[in-house]
Amino acid sequence: MKVAFRIWRQDNPNEKGGFKEYQVDNLNADMSFLEALDHLNELLVLRNEKVVAFEYDCREGICGQCGVFINGRAHGPHDNVTTCQLHMRSFQDGETIVIEPWRAKSFPVIKDLIVDRSAFDRIIEQGGYISAKTGTAPEANAIPIGKEISDRAMDAAACIGCGACVATCKNSSAALFTSAKINHLNLLPQGQPEAYRRVIEMTAQMAKEGFGHCTFTGACEVECPEGISITNIAEMNARYFKAKIFS
Amino acid sequence: MKLDTKIPQGKLEEKWRNYQVKSKLINPANKKKLNVIVVGSGLSGAGAAATLAELGYDVQCFCYQDSARRAHSVAAQGGINAAKNYQHDGDSVWRMFYDTLKGGDFRSREANTYRLAELSAPLIDHFTQQGVPFAREYGGVLVNRSFGGVQVQRTFYARGQTGKQLLLAAYSQLSKMIRAKKVSMFPRKEMLDLVVIDGKAKGIIVRDLVSGDIQRYAADTVVLATGGYSRVFRLSTMAIGCNGSAIWKAHKKGAFFAAPSFTQIHPTALPQSSEAQSKLTLMSESLRNDGRIWVPLKKGDSRKANEIPEEERDYYLERRYPSFGNLAPRDIASRAAKERIDAGYGVGRLKNAVYLDFKHAIKQFGLETIKDRYGNLFTMYQKITGVDAYTKPMQISPAAHFSMGGLWVDYELMTTIPGLYAIGECNFSDHGANRLGANSLLQASVDGYFILPNTINNYLASEIKETTVDTDHPAFFEVEKEVKEYIQQILSIDGNKTVDHFHRELGKVMWQECAMSRNKTGLEKAITQINKIKESFWSDVKVTGHSLELNTELEKALRLADFIELGLLMCTDALEREESCGAHFREEYQTADGEAVRLDDQYAYVSAWEYSNGDFKLHKEELEFEFVKPTVRSYK
Repeated sequence: MKVAFRIWRQDNPNEKGGFKEYQVDNLNADMSFLEALDHLNELLVLRNEKVVAFEYDCREGICGQCGVFINGRAHGPHDNVTTCQLHMRSFQDGETIVIEPWRAKSFPVIKDLIVDRSAFDRIIEQGGYISAKTGTAPEANAIPIGKEISDRAMDAAACIGCGACVATCKNSSAALFTSAKINHLNLLPQGQPEAYRRVIEMTAQMAKEGFGHCTFTGACEVECPEGISITNIAEMNARYFKAKIFS
Repeated sequence: MKLDTKIPQGKLEEKWRNYQVKSKLINPANKKKLNVIVVGSGLSGAGAAATLAELGYDVQCFCYQDSARRAHSVAAQGGINAAKNYQHDGDSVWRMFYDTLKGGDFRSREANTYRLAELSAPLIDHFTQQGVPFAREYGGVLVNRSFGGVQVQRTFYARGQTGKQLLLAAYSQLSKMIRAKKVSMFPRKEMLDLVVIDGKAKGIIVRDLVSGDIQRYAADTVVLATGGYSRVFRLSTMAIGCNGSAIWKAHKKGAFFAAPSFTQIHPTALPQSSEAQSKLTLMSESLRNDGRIWVPLKKGDSRKANEIPEEERDYYLERRYPSFGNLAPRDIASRAAKERIDAGYGVGRLKNAVYLDFKHAIKQFGLETIKDRYGNLFTMYQKITGVDAYTKPMQISPAAHFSMGGLWVDYELMTTIPGLYAIGECNFSDHGANRLGANSLLQASVDGYFILPNTINNYLASEIKETTVDTDHPAFFEVEKEVKEYIQQILSIDGNKTVDHFHRELGKVMWQECAMSRNKTGLEKAITQINKIKESFWSDVKVTGHSLELNTELEKALRLADFIELGLLMCTDALEREESCGAHFREEYQTADGEAVRLDDQYAYVSAWEYSNGDFKLHKEELEFEFVKPTVRSYK
């Protein structure tokens, strides 16, 4: 299998950057997309060129570190899949594949396809936790939690923090990410004491980081590898109003 | 040097309490003045960093990923064990201790293993409090399932993503302490060496992976929580960035390396499909609760799985191990799969797999129940292979998965370098020669949350009196200089082969000779081959780009250089142990029907290797079984 990779190359945050095209041969359909990029990088090394910088770690769709724009879509042509779970069988022989980093003001490019998503960490730091110290926990079964609630919390907790929701949103909104964390914790009894504070402080940080507002286009849930529903955003908004009134 | 395990006196169930009673304390005002470096932000690292910060220490935490939330604990799927006995099925701390000790084929310490079981129940309380959405019954209580090597149901889980949920809880708690300014978090910084001053660990040298700068960090104590090193096989279930460099550098600075060759090969990963493959994806062992493993009875059967009638299928685990069946421990299940594949009964395009079939379970429990239990695993399987496993059996194959071996630590989790601790997968402590499923999240968490925060004070209490070392100490400059020269040396080779080329070579040798089954000739050959790979790496490797920039190729080269040396030690260790135990199966030591022959009179010790000028010197920590009698580990 042979393809042309048209890849965004940018040496550092201050450089302008631009596309560069690479012909790559000897690929096979069972290779993962990132393995095809590994293959390209080996060719580049042997040609004495700098490798394409891109991110990955677990390569099994769960760590959230990988993520690029492929042919105009976050994580490539399929719905709800991470870049590392994409295989070359999803492309045509001879196809030109355009690869770009996540594009969002709050995710500045570090190099080539690597962006800085530390804004997500800073949102979590503003209340994406339960303030209880190690050693203070009551017996686990002391507080029963109904399966329905527990399952909904689990659905929201599934977020891997890859940033595809932001990258694909025309407003670069982080509402899906932030709402998933808020709802996960605010649904659970353990999350109640800080429920109002959490929603107010995390959404404030989201704004401070420069993410745009959600205009409910639904683009994010299509790309989210965990299929997190945009109903989470509506739920976050409801929680926000409630917190504003009662806190 | 005599290895002092520091195991406290008393009955097994009193040891940990006895230890805590005698351990030195530090008053809160003094804790503020003490600095701790934690390398790694997985379950053990993040758990330790957050808890130590809550206790009042000043913590600096490092990880190579872009965020602490990425650490590979995230990938553990199936669950975490705890002796809660919620299922009322006869479980207890003692039984869990015994299962773990037996699962490890009596090659771990009684005291450590008991403590692991003892601290398991409060850990579930802790994670529930931190908001982990564990699976629950409709009535609101927690659910359990069983795992390999065990006959009770003691595994807690959060769908098929238990590790992820626990890690995110640890990351949350860490984030809380970052906000409180008690933890300084340094993502994208990789430890390249350890700084030892007057025999004590006092700091680390890191490379900033964005700027390429080499930087010095000092502290009163250093904690390594850097995970496993199974990427030495190249193809493994580990994340691509997982590496052994931090512990290897510590080893070269004097930390003994224990049981390096004890590597767990997981029976249920997806088979390799091409030479270019970079990793093997794990399918959780929990699938073996309901899935049945089989191969065709006929050699080289080319029919599709669903066309092969029941009577022509060989459910070989059920046949060989009737009492545990498909839930036989990992080492046994992997070896049994290898035996069938090698004998020509493998399935799939490359004939390197066996079937894992849910037909019966779906018939018995209904499709919805199976979807609820394993939905995300089936989805993942479909994404990777394009196959719907609800209608066709999965194809699975063994893959390198977990390092039981690691830095030797005493009961306090301190290495042989005073002030240097190793926690989680990077140490050798509780699993012996084989780890039971759902015990790795447990060990990582217990080490980080409960044990280290209770032992580190015993060391730091005496460090308060010492003058604090800062990064202007000459020893820091010296190590920094060595690191810089080492990097330049790699960059200047400018050969004609890629880093991945050498990694593939190393992986092939290690997988062939030092994985599921080993023998003297093979291991000796492997040592010669790895030495050649090492020589060739240092003369022919090519790394483009320079040191003062984000350079992923350089990162890979630095990690591989250490893996090559670690591979040598692993083969040396496997060669030295002339018996079969757990994951270490020496072909020369087996019964007529292929079961392991363990030799307790000669090998009931933990091998602890000392590095001396490129050579490895063996020390033995004799294992004393005071409370249980080692038996032949049978799952028949």
